[in-house]
Amino acid sequence: MSTARASSDGPLWTRLEPLLPQVQKPARYIGCEDGMQTPDHGPGIVSWLMTYPDTYEIGLPNAGLQILYEIINERPDGAAERAYAPWVDLEALMRRDGIPLFSVDTHKAAGDFDIIAFNLSAELTYTNLVNCIDLAGVPIHAARRSDSDPLIAVGGHCTYNPEPIADFVDLVVLGDGEEVVGEITELLREWKRSGKNSGTREGVLRELSKIPGVYVPSMYNVEYDGEFLAAVTPRYADVPEKVEKRTVADLADWPYPKQQLVPLTEVVHDRLAVEVFRGCTRGCRFCQAGMITRPVRERPAEQVSRMISEGLKRTGYDEVSLTSLSTADFSGIEKVVGDTVSDAGVGQVSVALPSLRVDAFTVGIAAELQRARRTGLTFAPEAGTWRMRQVINKLIREEDLYGAVESAYSQGWRRMKLYFLTGLPTETDEDTLGIAELGRNCVELGRKHHKSPSVTVSVGGFVPKPQTPFQWFGQNTEPELKRKVELLKSDLRGTKGVQLKWHDTRASLAEGITSRGDRRLGAAIEYVWHHGGTFQEWSEHFSIDLWLEALAACGLDVEWYVYRHRTEDEVLPWDHLSAGLHKDFLWQDWRDALEELGLEDCRWTPCYDCGACTGYGIEHVVASATPPAGGSQGTGVDLSAGGAVPVILQPKRTTEEQTLATASPGAGS
Amino acid sequence: MRLRIAFCKHGKVRFTSHRDLARIWERALRRSELPVAYSEGFNPRPKLSFGLALSTGHESNGEYIDVDLDPDRVDGLDIGGLAVLLTAHLPVGLTATGVVVGDRRMPSLQQAVTSCTWQIDVHDADPVAVQESIDRLLDRDEVMVTRERKGKEITDDLRPAVLSLAVVSPIQDGVRLIAELGTQPRGARVSEVLSALDPPLTEHKVLRLHQWIQTDDGQRTDPMTVTAGSSAPLEVSA
Repeated sequence: MSTARASSDGPLWTRLEPLLPQVQKPARYIGCEDGMQTPDHGPGIVSWLMTYPDTYEIGLPNAGLQILYEIINERPDGAAERAYAPWVDLEALMRRDGIPLFSVDTHKAAGDFDIIAFNLSAELTYTNLVNCIDLAGVPIHAARRSDSDPLIAVGGHCTYNPEPIADFVDLVVLGDGEEVVGEITELLREWKRSGKNSGTREGVLRELSKIPGVYVPSMYNVEYDGEFLAAVTPRYADVPEKVEKRTVADLADWPYPKQQLVPLTEVVHDRLAVEVFRGCTRGCRFCQAGMITRPVRERPAEQVSRMISEGLKRTGYDEVSLTSLSTADFSGIEKVVGDTVSDAGVGQVSVALPSLRVDAFTVGIAAELQRARRTGLTFAPEAGTWRMRQVINKLIREEDLYGAVESAYSQGWRRMKLYFLTGLPTETDEDTLGIAELGRNCVELGRKHHKSPSVTVSVGGFVPKPQTPFQWFGQNTEPELKRKVELLKSDLRGTKGVQLKWHDTRASLAEGITSRGDRRLGAAIEYVWHHGGTFQEWSEHFSIDLWLEALAACGLDVEWYVYRHRTEDEVLPWDHLSAGLHKDFLWQDWRDALEELGLEDCRWTPCYDCGACTGYGIEHVVASATPPAGGSQGTGVDLSAGGAVPVILQPKRTTEEQTLATASPGAGS
Repeated sequence: MRLRIAFCKHGKVRFTSHRDLARIWERALRRSELPVAYSEGFNPRPKLSFGLALSTGHESNGEYIDVDLDPDRVDGLDIGGLAVLLTAHLPVGLTATGVVVGDRRMPSLQQAVTSCTWQIDVHDADPVAVQESIDRLLDRDEVMVTRERKGKEITDDLRPAVLSLAVVSPIQDGVRLIAELGTQPRGARVSEVLSALDPPLTEHKVLRLHQWIQTDDGQRTDPMTVTAGSSAPLEVSA
């Protein structure tokens, strides 16, 4: 029997192969997934290396990357392959042997691609971004790159403030990538055809900056006024002053991925995933994803059902996840659940709802889906008191939570997991301790149904994010976050059935440093990378000391970047980038938060003019204009019967009243 | 009804682990729509059982998996076409080479297999010197080795498991060895045997050529020679 290999194996694979027996989990580096593509490369074809700057098992399931991989490969003038950050063991061997970052599809060197595009979903991967650029053999600073170097592009949620990494990237894509990758490909195809002659890179970058949704940092001048940002202005008249995100109007036009990659080795989400809608209008003020992905665009229920049945058949998976920011809000949820369960047969396929809404109705759906294994359910009340939930606009009543938990326990689930944030604006110790109180009450409800019910209370430190109403809020200090965790620890000590878990408060600090910084922060990121600080999302590699040392070495102040409240007139580093949300809407929502005023879901109430629909001439795409039954639907009003949400508009205040409403935002910090 | 499927593992896919392989097979079987039997209970799993684990990174010409089928749904099943069908649903490098029908009374692969033949490529080694070190090892009555198992150090004799070992040919950059190593009661791993040589060797590439079942009367058969009760193989496809 011959040991036949794919004909596409290049010389790089031959050099890599002997290293693989020496590293952990070598299957990370072989590709070979079902759905993998080995596209042709050539002069008229623009080659993209779609890269996730963390390990294969984290990066492979990333839906955005897989969608664009397929869309580019469907183009006659496009070729896309994939790369992931090699783990430290392989990286050391690669650097020793001079092996560059490579694609897993055909093991082609990263430097041979026309464009290396990174998905940035978490700020702590920034040092890995720099490391991957370096491993590709490309200068880490965009300014030092030559015409023959690949372009470095980034997309994903972090790009709504790309300023901290602006020095390392050539272009940034804001919003949905489905359409814009084609426009970029067309432009680069012509450049490639012309031979990428010396001195033409700058011109191409300038042309790229005119494509809507594309931000080219080098086309902008940044001015400072002391430590404050004064202005970010285009260097040329034809470069837009403000870059608007891209939004696909109708998800039905984009039934991707059609060939979801099925990995040969274990990955974090090892199941079929079908995106049921994009965007969210619940309006949770802490949630960047909900703010930047508006408006809501649902996929037609029949398309969802078809993608599930075809996907399961093709992949051989026995589990499907219906993804969105709040899947129970999907108008077609009952149809899809019905179709899937009857299609597959009970017990053959399990359906995961990754983000359960907190109410009994949702638990009912979960019960229908998980007829077999009922182990744990997860809810995210996010804050411990009604007052606090009004501030963050997560309008879940205690009755909603208890109804959901009671319903879950009575239907056989025994373990509940509750997600909370601490360090929220105006949070008092009473609010923090409310988290423990909810946990205790939930486990008490469980005792009616089980001998040893369990509730895991998971607490994360709140990190304010750009393009949200909380972008002006000064993050709680690390000692303050730690104090709050300790408060909960001591309050829950000895409470049977309640386990407390908390996110490393030092990691929240590092995330805070990177999330709202300006271009000056690039030097600190480079410092951390240069001192070995890669894989900062991994506790065994994370080092807060390195980040603090980096800030000090670059003359940057933690207090100024993380802990300080911003004022209304301050120029924010991302003001020249737009997720469609009007700044005055965000500011008003911030003031409303401080006054504990909730704002209802705009799918079912008149428009608040946040800007996401009106600015782009698009609308919510929902199959049903009324919310499904169950709980309060995040309105704080009993809607267990379903139907229309009573419209109670917040009284519009006058400017005079607004000026008066300037209470200190961080009462608890 | 139980199927025994023979398959090969070659090329890049050899870097998948035994656990990975189990998941790959589960998905391939579902895609092939074979009427696999599922376990009862809250979390039904397909009834599959694998033979001796192949180390991550090793290739093989002789791997096996036993699959139980749902007896109510096997009518009209095309056993002859099964190997081709399964290969189409497996990743490149995994090839189903044969299927035989057995039954639930046949001993499991883990119990039945008594030894394996290995082809081992070693780099930077001289054929004569390697053969000499092999001869010295084979001349010994016992080869005590210490290994860690479940956190405890265990010292035992490797020699009985080394049934044969020899240099077969020089290859580019080194030598090729063939070894037959026992699997019971204590199996010998290729890497253990190579490190027990003096001077020790490190494998470059390893290929499992065969798995063998030695019966009490000394007869040696292949796992595909299935004896359902005492009868001959029911059906074979290649």
